[in-house]
Amino acid sequence: MSANAPALTFVALFLPFLGAVLAPALTRRLGDKAAWILALAPTLVFLHFCGFLPEVAAGEAVTGGYAWAPSFNLSFSWFLDGLSLSFALLITGMGALIVVYSGSYMKGHPGQGRFLAFILLFMGAMLGLVVSDSFLMLFVYWELTSITSFLLIGFDHEREAARRAALQALVVTGAGGLALLAGLIFIWNITGVTQLSLLVHLEGSLRESPFYLAVLVLVLGGAFTKSAQFPFHFWLPNAMEAPAPVSAYLHSATMVKAGVYLLMRLNPVMGNTPAWEILLPFFGGITLIAGTLLGLRQTDMKLILAYTTMASLGLLVLLTGFGTAHAVEAAVLYLIAHCLFKGALFMVAGAVDHEAGIRDVTQIGGLRTAMPITFGAALLSALSMGGLPLFFGFLAKEEVYAALLAGNPRAVFFTILAVTGNALMFALAFAVALKPFLGPRTEAVRHVHEGPVVLLLGPVYLAVLGLLGGLFPGIAHRYVSSPMASAIADERVVIDITAVPHPGMPLLLSVATMALGALVYWRLDAARALVARFLENLGPGPDRGFDHFVAGLVRLSAAVTRLVQPGRLEVYLTATFVLLGTTLLLPPFLFGELPAIPVWPDGVLVQEAAFLIIAAIGIAAVLRARDRLTAIVSLGIQGFAVAVIFLLLGAPDLSFTQFMVETLSVVILTLVMTRLRLSNRDHRLLGQKLLDGTIAVACGLGFTALLLKSVETPFDPVLTDFFNAYSKVVAHGANVVNVIIVDFRGTDTLGEIAVVMITGLAVLALIRVRAGKKTVGEEGQ
Amino acid sequence: MNTLILRTVAPVLTALMLLFSVFVLLRGHNEPGGGFIGGLIAASALAIYGIAFGVGAVRRALRFHPMAIAGCGLMLATVSGLVSILFGVPFMTGLWIYPEILGVEVPLATVMSFDVGVYLVVVGAIISIALALEQEPGLPERSDGKTGGED
Repeated sequence: MSANAPALTFVALFLPFLGAVLAPALTRRLGDKAAWILALAPTLVFLHFCGFLPEVAAGEAVTGGYAWAPSFNLSFSWFLDGLSLSFALLITGMGALIVVYSGSYMKGHPGQGRFLAFILLFMGAMLGLVVSDSFLMLFVYWELTSITSFLLIGFDHEREAARRAALQALVVTGAGGLALLAGLIFIWNITGVTQLSLLVHLEGSLRESPFYLAVLVLVLGGAFTKSAQFPFHFWLPNAMEAPAPVSAYLHSATMVKAGVYLLMRLNPVMGNTPAWEILLPFFGGITLIAGTLLGLRQTDMKLILAYTTMASLGLLVLLTGFGTAHAVEAAVLYLIAHCLFKGALFMVAGAVDHEAGIRDVTQIGGLRTAMPITFGAALLSALSMGGLPLFFGFLAKEEVYAALLAGNPRAVFFTILAVTGNALMFALAFAVALKPFLGPRTEAVRHVHEGPVVLLLGPVYLAVLGLLGGLFPGIAHRYVSSPMASAIADERVVIDITAVPHPGMPLLLSVATMALGALVYWRLDAARALVARFLENLGPGPDRGFDHFVAGLVRLSAAVTRLVQPGRLEVYLTATFVLLGTTLLLPPFLFGELPAIPVWPDGVLVQEAAFLIIAAIGIAAVLRARDRLTAIVSLGIQGFAVAVIFLLLGAPDLSFTQFMVETLSVVILTLVMTRLRLSNRDHRLLGQKLLDGTIAVACGLGFTALLLKSVETPFDPVLTDFFNAYSKVVAHGANVVNVIIVDFRGTDTLGEIAVVMITGLAVLALIRVRAGKKTVGEEGQ
Repeated sequence: MNTLILRTVAPVLTALMLLFSVFVLLRGHNEPGGGFIGGLIAASALAIYGIAFGVGAVRRALRFHPMAIAGCGLMLATVSGLVSILFGVPFMTGLWIYPEILGVEVPLATVMSFDVGVYLVVVGAIISIALALEQEPGLPERSDGKTGGED
């Protein structure tokens, strides 16, 4: 690569974000034609990443990046090996098709610009996720995909179902992201490494760590929520509230694969342990079977596809955790095949929905003559999904069976799972691809005709690619499958399977799968009724559980708020000062750290003693005062006396500030009193007075003890010497106090004045709220 | 507090105190003083004016909403910290120049503009609280009326 390749890659990573910024304006100018220009962004990125293919196919990894916060060992850096490069190409290649497709699908929609912006935003996030080298960058992009997914699912935000689905997806995947963050920090702590490129070649230390299981559970928490594994699967079908391009792109081809990507990425360092090889296939297997069964019950095209996506993700997790290089090969092939056929089928479903306005397979029929091209694309994709010979899906399925066949009971168990799951997916593939097109034309789709060419471009292209990949697998294997499998297995793997059927056990299982699938398809309605009855007996699923969880959370926070925010100032003040007094007094008492009783110092000057007496008189006057105004002013007297003592002891800055603060306190307290129309007299009962008095004395004693104790400890002059020595030399100021405030610790001061300003704003807001309803809390006068 | 004495003295006192507050602000780097204390003095000065002539008079004299003054101060302080970026030194590093004005070498620094920012934030925030409290409830913010506390 040329010398400025890092800079180009950097630009490539941000190009989708740039597209997102430009999308609304471009769409306002050009309407749906803007999609063609916006599709340039993913296309250019795709071509840029294609440039890395020869290098990566040769078994090398490309890294690059820029320092971000070097002091924390953080960098904005990327890591391109077979795995991340394949994903990057998938995201950008598929992304270009999706942008073009969206241009046609959303044509005339008032929010089209916003939609394209969100899609491109997601694309940038997903691209960043798969190429990230540093952990933190991975996490940031990971959460960014959750957020963009939230925006896209809730795109039609006027519908309640869309809002709920969006929130649900965000909560589930966002919580998983936090678990992932904890897991990554664990890994960082254990290995001392913050970069994936270094981590994957680390031998042993992570697996042998006593915290391995904790790390595994946290990482799986991230991966399973993102990739919709049982029992976190429920958000994925609900996410079908999003427009079809989103379902095709985020919720089948890319984002839901992020969890699988993570597992594949960590396989070299975390795999090959009993826990890994039990948990992954177990949950993957459950997800596979649960997904297909739940899908069987559905009649909505998109929901059927959503559940088969869930099942496919389960199969991928199963294979990733199976523990052999062969299974990894199968996972890679299946992942690529799945992107092609599932992306195409979602776009087909979108095209049918776009033209007919419904997606229910029991109501649509006979569209083969009205939408022949769509039918062709659907058929090709379904053939690949069903795993028929000559298609890429066939390669994947053969490899899956070949990988799972090992002869031991565990392998037999998972082989049976895989055959069952694949057979049901076979049936569902044709339920989506054949049912709407065959049979007599139904009433609901009487006047439907073929969609525009642009709408067909994506599905046809992907479907044909699925066939070509099966016919000429050599190129795909050389540049994509083999490097990707090598990266995951962390050893050189060469995939050479072809689409020519070759006799053997895998072929036999394939035939069994197809036969079983065809049987289920033949009796689809009966199977649907059977599954529906079975699921009803099972009771409510985690989807309902989520609602209960959210409702419970709201109730809990309302209860907590009522408890800690009753709205009475007395309660707040009492709580604050009780806590303050306890904190100040209890620890020294418990640990025997109370200060020694001070002795009256010699040589107290007359004026010092005089002002001490004035301060005491001020306090006495506060206690004796008959009305509040007198009390406030008396408190000021005490404050002034203390300020004078500061002055006498040689702290002019402190003294000045104390003078001004006391003055303004008196003014503002008086204003508050008149403004709130507090009663001029103190109306507290004796009991209340005693309680408040005790709290006040306790706080006072606590502060006294703290100050005495700090004076008693030997004074460490390091800082004083430092500031005296450097204040003039470095910061050109003789007033050390002020130099500290504005120079040495200037950033602190900046924070403090920001707090002063925000406090002012808050007080202003409170006063205005009161002015709005002025009778609240009046005590009368 | 509509006494003749206060009304007569207040303008002079306020002017003197404001002048003194700027003096305290500027000398802060070498002598006792600084932006925080200067801001407090200025706030007290305006409070006196407000007690004598009412909220409206103070608002008219200030021209800007006190919160806007505080906002400008915060902005000035932040920008003073950011200037260092242009010179490739860390955030908040003090930068000094020594121009000759009327034949006298005057040291100017980003720490000084930062201190001015502190001054403005303190004045603005405290005075907006005081004025909002002093104003009769329900009256608009441009009232020229009497103070709220006449008891």
